[in-house]
Amino acid sequence: MNRLMHVLSVSMAWLIGFIWLFPLIYAIWAAVHPSEYATRFSLFAPLTMDNFKEAWDQAPFLRYMLNTIVITSLILVGQLVLCTLAAYALARMEFVGRGIIFGLVLMQLMVVPEILIVENYQTLAGLNLIDTYWGVALPYFASAFGIFLLRQTFKTVPEDLENAARIEGCSLLSVIWNVYVPLAKPTYLAFSLVSISYHWNNFLWPLVVTNTEKSRPLTVGMSIFGAPESGVDWSIISAGTLISVGPLLILFILFQRQFVQSFMQAGIK
Amino acid sequence: MQLNRQIQAWLLLLPALCLLVAFTHYPVIKTIARSFFGFGTKWEDNASLENYRFLLEDEVLLQVLSNSFIYAAITVPVSIILAIAMALWVNSKMIGKGILRTAYFTPTVLPMTSVANIWLFFYSPEIGLLNKLLALVGHSGFNWLGDPSLSLYSLMAMTIWKEAGFFMIFYLAALQTIDNNLYHAASIENASKWTVFRRITFPLLMPTTLFVMVNALLNAFKLVDHLFILTKGGPNNASNLLLYYIFENAFSFFDTAYASALTVLLLVILVGLALLQFGVIEKKVHYR
Repeated sequence: MNRLMHVLSVSMAWLIGFIWLFPLIYAIWAAVHPSEYATRFSLFAPLTMDNFKEAWDQAPFLRYMLNTIVITSLILVGQLVLCTLAAYALARMEFVGRGIIFGLVLMQLMVVPEILIVENYQTLAGLNLIDTYWGVALPYFASAFGIFLLRQTFKTVPEDLENAARIEGCSLLSVIWNVYVPLAKPTYLAFSLVSISYHWNNFLWPLVVTNTEKSRPLTVGMSIFGAPESGVDWSIISAGTLISVGPLLILFILFQRQFVQSFMQAGIK
Repeated sequence: MQLNRQIQAWLLLLPALCLLVAFTHYPVIKTIARSFFGFGTKWEDNASLENYRFLLEDEVLLQVLSNSFIYAAITVPVSIILAIAMALWVNSKMIGKGILRTAYFTPTVLPMTSVANIWLFFYSPEIGLLNKLLALVGHSGFNWLGDPSLSLYSLMAMTIWKEAGFFMIFYLAALQTIDNNLYHAASIENASKWTVFRRITFPLLMPTTLFVMVNALLNAFKLVDHLFILTKGGPNNASNLLLYYIFENAFSFFDTAYASALTVLLLVILVGLALLQFGVIEKKVHYR
């Protein structure tokens, strides 16, 4: 009886594992075979790279990818700088209204910018930033999540280290840079991976603020590319999908352990 | 010196605070104002409850809310059960558990819109893979996304696929903190696997379950990317969800005022969920 249960449980585990990977496996299958094999599975189906070429020609992937990379990096750099400064102030400085400010920061954990698309669109239109990288990135710079995470980490740094640095004559900014930042490296890594995968995959806000391929990221590009009215076939869509997920997927496979641990660490708070 | 320190603190906070206010607090206030003073895309001088009156009479909204409710009521528990099972498997001594962990987690790192394109193909009526499989057993197949009674469930299947592996991570972290002595004690007592799970593992996973539950609930309201690809809320709003409905009102029907009233409703729901998390739940589970 126990033996049977064990076998059942193991088979379930692998079955679910297979289902979870299946869309990706299927996309690879469809992408490297001619389109008549999209639903015919045969070991002898001829291999081809034409779908990738077709997909590449049909949509400005290079531009989309460049846009995604620029937007994701811009957000990450903005977040790291702003959140570090704010987190230090909230963790280590006494000032009037600290509690209220921290409360205001935490509010953003539940009210994320995507929900406020209507007003944020108006704001950016007023700033003339529609269809620009800055328009996509700006609402995410002050990440409550990042501030919170770094604040928790900074609080664990021994104050003696800071005092020693001060006696040596370090200024406030150089204390942050030379004492706090190096000690919070694991937190920075965790936050960066979460931020990169979030913004690489983000869709709704970029859809709202971008109009042309000048600033449109991959996710938005893919939604137009895959639309039935654009009349491309499944093999080409699969190839396009693989092109769009490729860089992130490679990053994930290379840094798998860090990814999993980062998400874990970031989630537990 | 003390005053100096105060000024320094504010200077450090200033950039983050400005952007935070500009893109979170200010739009919240503006949304509330617009829901009372706006009409279509215009501002009126007098406050009116017109948008809210329409909200109460809007039959589409009723449909959307009931969709959101069913959507949350099914995706949240199913994802949680799957996530616990996955975490137990990956945490066991099974051969190839590293591969399984990667398999479970992969959907989390893929962009929703890209993978939705592949799911669109699985679901498509004539050439779609699911119907081809059904044809093998002689079934004529379903119109997964076009049938109003199925489309919402087809969306849910994809949501669960996308989320379960993400939640698994939190359970995995929690499982690794459980004291092994408890399991030793249970094995001395000859407890069955099910008893061990029910009496030791599951209760100790409770804080994680509540954390995951709140996040899954929030996601059920915040995550609508796949709607854009798979159903566009259709057919006839059968799979429409609140945030997508807000998007439609604001950017397809250009009724920003009504979209604002809907946003206020969404904010109330999210704040309610957050209060639930910080109030009731945090108190109950803090035996760590």
